Amino acid sequence: MTPVVLLTGFLGSGKTTLLQRLLTDPGMARAAVLINEYGEVGLDHHLLDRIDDNVVLLKSGCICCTVRGEVADALLNLQSLRAKGEIDFDRVVIETTGLADPYPVLQTLTAHPVLRSHFRGGGVLTTVDAVNAGAQLNHRAEAVRQIAAADRIVLTKTDLAEEAVVTALRTKLNRVNPAARVVRSDAEVGEILGGLDDAGADPGLTVEVPGEDRSGQAHDHRNDHDDDHGGHDHDHVHHHHHHHHDDSLGVVTFSLTVDQPVDWTDFGIWLTLLLHRYGDRIFRVKGILSIAGEDRPVAIHGVQHLVHAPVHMTHWPEGPRVSRLVFILEGLDPARIRRSFNAFMRLDVADVAA
Amino acid sequence: MCSLCGILGCDDHWTSAVERPGVYTRNTDRQSRRADAARRIRAANRVLGYRRLSLAEWQGTSYVVSSPTGASTMFEALSHLWPEAEALAPRGFDPLDEDLIDWMAQR
Repeated sequence: MTPVVLLTGFLGSGKTTLLQRLLTDPGMARAAVLINEYGEVGLDHHLLDRIDDNVVLLKSGCICCTVRGEVADALLNLQSLRAKGEIDFDRVVIETTGLADPYPVLQTLTAHPVLRSHFRGGGVLTTVDAVNAGAQLNHRAEAVRQIAAADRIVLTKTDLAEEAVVTALRTKLNRVNPAARVVRSDAEVGEILGGLDDAGADPGLTVEVPGEDRSGQAHDHRNDHDDDHGGHDHDHVHHHHHHHHDDSLGVVTFSLTVDQPVDWTDFGIWLTLLLHRYGDRIFRVKGILSIAGEDRPVAIHGVQHLVHAPVHMTHWPEGPRVSRLVFILEGLDPARIRRSFNAFMRLDVADVAA
Repeated sequence: MCSLCGILGCDDHWTSAVERPGVYTRNTDRQSRRADAARRIRAANRVLGYRRLSLAEWQGTSYVVSSPTGASTMFEALSHLWPEAEALAPRGFDPLDEDLIDWMAQR
């Protein structure tokens, strides 16, 4: 299974510049790159200096409406060239247009009957422009969706922004997507890409729950993964003791914990119905479940209407063996979701926190 | 084959994912697949009863959802359950609707 890394980010946020840099790294030497030619001028194409046999241009402009055809065809073409022995690659990077919502591309990877047996999601990398992102986040739903879908956020143009602006932006990004690690674009390539492949498998549960004194463990857990993150992270773990509601964004992050083991069938019916009805407002759902009758936990990871194949984890992370689900959503009431969960799961109590 | 999209073999919903390394599934053998399908139909019927619909398996290959007036619709992948159910019950199933929550809590 070849990982497919999705490089997304708002228009002008520095996707191509970042891609150019990533491709100079020896670790990316065997990457196949799909770039999107937006509009009549294939600007991204001309800026990229690594156009070779492994680069297939996605021709028809906006990726969101043509995704099933174009992305699927491009990936199938790569797979067929590889099967014939004409090219070889160990990962694929797809650069989306600035207006694209990453969800349809992820959906294509999961749903396409041929692609899903050759490719898997290798993580979503979202570039965020430190100078302009503050305003874009307030006005552009695509920008919020790209950030919510990210497994890693790369801050670009930090040299042009004041430190206070960068700090405020980081706080905002954490509210939209507390599960994604934030790195600067001038960081080492290894730091930008490191661990991205596993992002789907890592429930990334950094949201702490009030009433449970587990901040120390969450701390340790994050520090294992995020040594580079510095003092910033320490703030962020504590922030999650509070209900996150940023009025300017309308985006809420909250977590739901359950002590009792969860019935897999009832859970499947509940989450499927919830995402069917509200997938356009649930940017992300990520969690770890204690399933009735199973010793090992199951990690759940969904983006909008899509739920990835549930991951059977090899062991429980440190701390109590309780189910936890983290939601990033807009315009829905967390208390109502908790009540719905309880009723569908035949539970009396589930704690909701944010 | 999926009757909506014409794709072969698409009943690979995340709740009953194909068995492969690292993926959680109960689709390990025929017997457990059958047992899991029966559980899923029971769980779905608990919700569908709210609009007096019911779901049944049809010849082991498809599903059929029916209304009390005899209207029914057949589909081949559980991922189509909610769109198909809403076609028969236009008010649909809102998991955040207080009445549906109460209904579920009593069952």
